[in-house]
Amino acid sequence: MRHDSRSKNFILRALGRIGFYVLVIFIVCFCLAPFIWQVITSLKPSEEVFAIPPRYLPSKLTISSYVKIFTARPFGRYIVNSILVASMTTLVCGAVGSLAAYALARFRMRAKGIIMGSVLGVALFPAIIFLVPLYEIVRSLGLTNNLITLVVPYVTLNLPFATWVMTSFFGQVPEDIEDAAKVDGMGSLGILAKIVLPLAAPAMATMSILVFIFAWNEFLFALTFMTQDLSRTVPVGIAMLSGVTVYEVPWDQISAATVLTTLPLVAAVLIFQERIVQGLTAGALKG
Amino acid sequence: MGNAGAAPAPERRGFRLTEGQRGAIFVAPALLFILLVAFYPIIRNFWLSFLNIDLVSMGGTKYIGFKNYFKLIRDLRFIQSFENTIIFTAISVPIEFLLGLVFALTLNESFPGRRLVRAVAIIPWALPTAVMAMAWRWIFNDMYGVFGDILVKLGAIERSPAWLGEPGLAMFAAIFADVWKTTPFIFIILLAGLQSIPHEIYEAASIDGATSFRRFTRVTLPLLRPSIVSALMFRSIQAFAVFDLMWVLTGGGPGGSTQTISLLVYSTVFRYLDLGYGAALAVVAFVCVLALAGVISWFNKEKVEY
Repeated sequence: MRHDSRSKNFILRALGRIGFYVLVIFIVCFCLAPFIWQVITSLKPSEEVFAIPPRYLPSKLTISSYVKIFTARPFGRYIVNSILVASMTTLVCGAVGSLAAYALARFRMRAKGIIMGSVLGVALFPAIIFLVPLYEIVRSLGLTNNLITLVVPYVTLNLPFATWVMTSFFGQVPEDIEDAAKVDGMGSLGILAKIVLPLAAPAMATMSILVFIFAWNEFLFALTFMTQDLSRTVPVGIAMLSGVTVYEVPWDQISAATVLTTLPLVAAVLIFQERIVQGLTAGALKG
Repeated sequence: MGNAGAAPAPERRGFRLTEGQRGAIFVAPALLFILLVAFYPIIRNFWLSFLNIDLVSMGGTKYIGFKNYFKLIRDLRFIQSFENTIIFTAISVPIEFLLGLVFALTLNESFPGRRLVRAVAIIPWALPTAVMAMAWRWIFNDMYGVFGDILVKLGAIERSPAWLGEPGLAMFAAIFADVWKTTPFIFIILLAGLQSIPHEIYEAASIDGATSFRRFTRVTLPLLRPSIVSALMFRSIQAFAVFDLMWVLTGGGPGGSTQTISLLVYSTVFRYLDLGYGAALAVVAFVCVLALAGVISWFNKEKVEY
């Protein structure tokens, strides 16, 4: 009797464990499936991409789709544009955000609450509210197709996040070190550059990774402000890839482009997992 | 910035700024961006919504008061988009929340390979929505799509329908793709929330003889509330303003069945060149999003009782 209930317990526990791993496997498959299907599609010969019903495994692997997007399409140009825009955004946003964050965390200032509130408030606004007026400005200044045109709104939209992450970081750094430097006669800018920033490097890295990802992925402004094919960033470039007619979509090339665009991000997540989680939670809680 | 006029310190050698002045200088670049690129456009957008801007026949710009807003209430395209936006938000966010909670509870347990699985569960969040919307368009393709083929092979359906070509199915596909893309965001926030709950509380509850279900409803959920509220708030805002996914996956079609407010603003401005009306639509989206954020954050104000 006793033995019976114990083995029953054991079976229940084993079933629970199996159920748990089924759940884990489901999570992995669910999250990776669309990406893996793109990888498979991109490595198939063209005629197998357009097979009915779909072939799950290619008969042979080929990189011709990858070659095509660089030779028949300006995909290389899209990548360069995206890298330029995302890195300029990260640099400017990091510098501007850190400066503001340092002052907000350290200095006695009036209107601190209002400044913090108005910077963070922007995080709640839907991007569509900026679209018409910014488009007006961009057009009247003749700035369409200029990459800087994207950097300016990207910096602005990421400032709430960057400022918040850096402010909460500076709030944690003990002030004693800076006070010692102040006694030694260092100015605020000197203290910031020589003492605070080296300490802040991990927080800066967290912030930079996320801002870079946001800028790399942005679509609405990139679609609106970059009207020439050669000025496009990767997401818009891929979304606009089309064949000779509207009905003819080059799915083989699109899948190759998708894989190349997303692979660096997948790698970034695998490497910087903890930082991304840290940054996102800091940004979302209290945001 | 209010400190610019503060009195300078009486004793000083050479040129020295007060703390408030230095603060103002440090904050100035950020404020400049926020004021010029965020607040000015918002105000300008409100102003544009009272204008009739005729770009098509070069008729010039006229102040027409609230006429754009009166037009909006009777505009069937707007009403349809508004309904679609609400349906999309009201269905996708709860599913994402439940799934995100399951992800978080599962990956909070310890097992070999947990770090890697957690990273995998974050991947969809990090990928560009527009690019992955193309991937989903391919998966939902009516002829070569793998989604329908899997369902056919499983015997769930006889032949694959045109997922993106029929109104109800297109909305289903959009919600499915959105759930895939954004469940990881909720997972990340909830996992962080779970990790911040001290172990001692669970141990105390176990000693008191609480079953795991009671521990979940009485300990985990209440303590998780701040994380839940902020995850839901960000997700609802983003879902209500959805643009990238719909623009790429369905383009708002078929027959406007997946047209959302953001898409309607875009087509009003760039296809019909009706800037004033587009601005009025954007104001509606803006007000709705802020109201949504206000309502959800209100839930967090109530006291937590243990």
